[in-house]
Amino acid sequence: MVVVVVTKRYVLTALLLLIQLSATHAAVLPEDRADALYHSYDGGGIEISGPSILVRKGDDTSFSVFANHYVDNITSASIDVEALGASQYTENREEQTVGIDYLHGKSILSLSHTNSAENDYVAESTHVGLSMDMLGGLTTVSMGFSRGSDDVFRMTRVDGVKVRDPNFAEQAERRTYQLGLTQVLTKSLVMAVNFETVTDEGYLNNPYRQVRYNNGGANGFQVENYPNTRTSRALGAQLRYFLPYRAAVHVSGRVFEDDWGVTAVNSEFGYSQPLGDHLILDFRYRVYSQTHADFYRDLFDRPDQQNYYARDKELSSFSNTTMGVTLSYEFIKQGWGFIDKASANFSYDRVSFEYENFRDIREDPDVSYNLGEEPLYSFTADIVQFYLSLWY
Amino acid sequence: MLHRQLFLLCCLVLSTGCSIQPWVQPYERANLADPIMSFSRDPVSSAYLKHVYEARELARGGEGSSGGGCGCN
Repeated sequence: MVVVVVTKRYVLTALLLLIQLSATHAAVLPEDRADALYHSYDGGGIEISGPSILVRKGDDTSFSVFANHYVDNITSASIDVEALGASQYTENREEQTVGIDYLHGKSILSLSHTNSAENDYVAESTHVGLSMDMLGGLTTVSMGFSRGSDDVFRMTRVDGVKVRDPNFAEQAERRTYQLGLTQVLTKSLVMAVNFETVTDEGYLNNPYRQVRYNNGGANGFQVENYPNTRTSRALGAQLRYFLPYRAAVHVSGRVFEDDWGVTAVNSEFGYSQPLGDHLILDFRYRVYSQTHADFYRDLFDRPDQQNYYARDKELSSFSNTTMGVTLSYEFIKQGWGFIDKASANFSYDRVSFEYENFRDIREDPDVSYNLGEEPLYSFTADIVQFYLSLWY
Repeated sequence: MLHRQLFLLCCLVLSTGCSIQPWVQPYERANLADPIMSFSRDPVSSAYLKHVYEARELARGGEGSSGGGCGCN
C-alpha cells in the first residue's frame, strides 16, 4: 500500500507511521540453528553437487547474525555443449553470504552481502530489508532492496589449458525491489503476498551460447546477442492452512512478466503430515510454464536476421512439472547439552521439462531430420538433498 | 494531486488500523506457532530449490523470504 507514495517526503512520513503502528508489540528474531546440507542435481547431461552450510546465532533480544557457505561442483555435457561439438567440462562455483538481523520493537532491519565466484563469473550482491509486525502481530509488512554487480568472463583454451580470454570482460548491474505482506487470516490460516521487480543493465548474454540459422539447408551458428537491459515484475501469493489433526496444506501461485516478452505462471500444492512424535512427511507438486522471449527462435532464416537473437532453451516456451517429497526425522527433542533439538532430513524432487520450440539438434546416427524438423527437446532431472539441522 | 490523494487514503487506512482489534488472540495462535505452519521450515533447503528453479526458468522473484507473520510471539 505504501508503494504508491512516490516522493521522499511521503515515503518518510509513511515509514514513520508504519513504525508507530508497529511500536507496541515485540517482533521475534529467527531461531539459532545450524544446517549442513548436501545437494545433488542430475538431469539433461548436467550433474551438480556440493555442500551448503548455514549457521545462525543471535543474542535472543536484539540481533541475529548468519553465514552461509554454498558450493556447486558442476560436470556438464548438456545439449548446448553437445550440439556445438564441445566436450564435457567441469567447473566449480562457491558462494558466501553473511548477514545480520537487528530487532527494534516490532521491526527487524536486515542487512546481508553475498559473493559468488566461478572461473568465468564473479557476482557481488548487497541486500537491505525492513519488516514490521502490526495489528497485534497478525500482519507483517516487509520491504527490501538489493543491488548486484556481476563481472562476466569467457574461458578459452591456450595450449590445451583453459584460461580467461584476455580480450573479453563484461559487466552487469542488477537492482531488486521487494514488497511483502504476511497476514494471519484465522487461527489456522495464514497468507503471504509478495511483489518484486528487478532491473538488469549490462552484458546479459551467455557468452558461450549460439543461435543456429539456415545455412543453405544445414546448420550455421552465430554468437547470441541479447538486449542490454531487462526489467521484470513478479507477484506471488501463498496460503497455508492448519488441519485439525496436526497436518498442514499449502497452495501458492505466481505470475511473472518481463520486457523481453516473457510471461510465466507457476503454482504449487503441498501437504505436511507428522507421523508419530518424530517424523514429518512433506509432499509437493509444482507446475511452471513460460512463453518465449521476443528475440528467441529455434532456427533463424539467416545470420544477423534481427537486432537481438537468442536460442537459449531458458528463453524458449516450455513447461515443467515437479513432484517432491521430504522426510524429516526429529531427535534430541528434549535437548542434549547446548543442543535444544535436531533433525535429519532426506528430500527428493523429480522435475520433467517439456520444450515447445527448442529442438534437439544433436546428431542421431540412426535418423536424419530435415532442418527445423528435429524432435522437440525434453528431459527429466533428479534432485536429492540430505541435511542435518541443529537448534541451540 | 493524485499522489497526494492516494497518500492521504493510505494514511487513513493505516490510521484506521490503529483501532482494529486482533481477531486472533495470542492464546488462539497455537496452530500458527506449530513449525509445520512455517512457509519455509528449513531455509537451507528452500533456498537451494529456489536456486535450482531460477537457474533454469526465466521467472524470478515474488516468492518472498522465510519467516515472519505467524503472530505467535
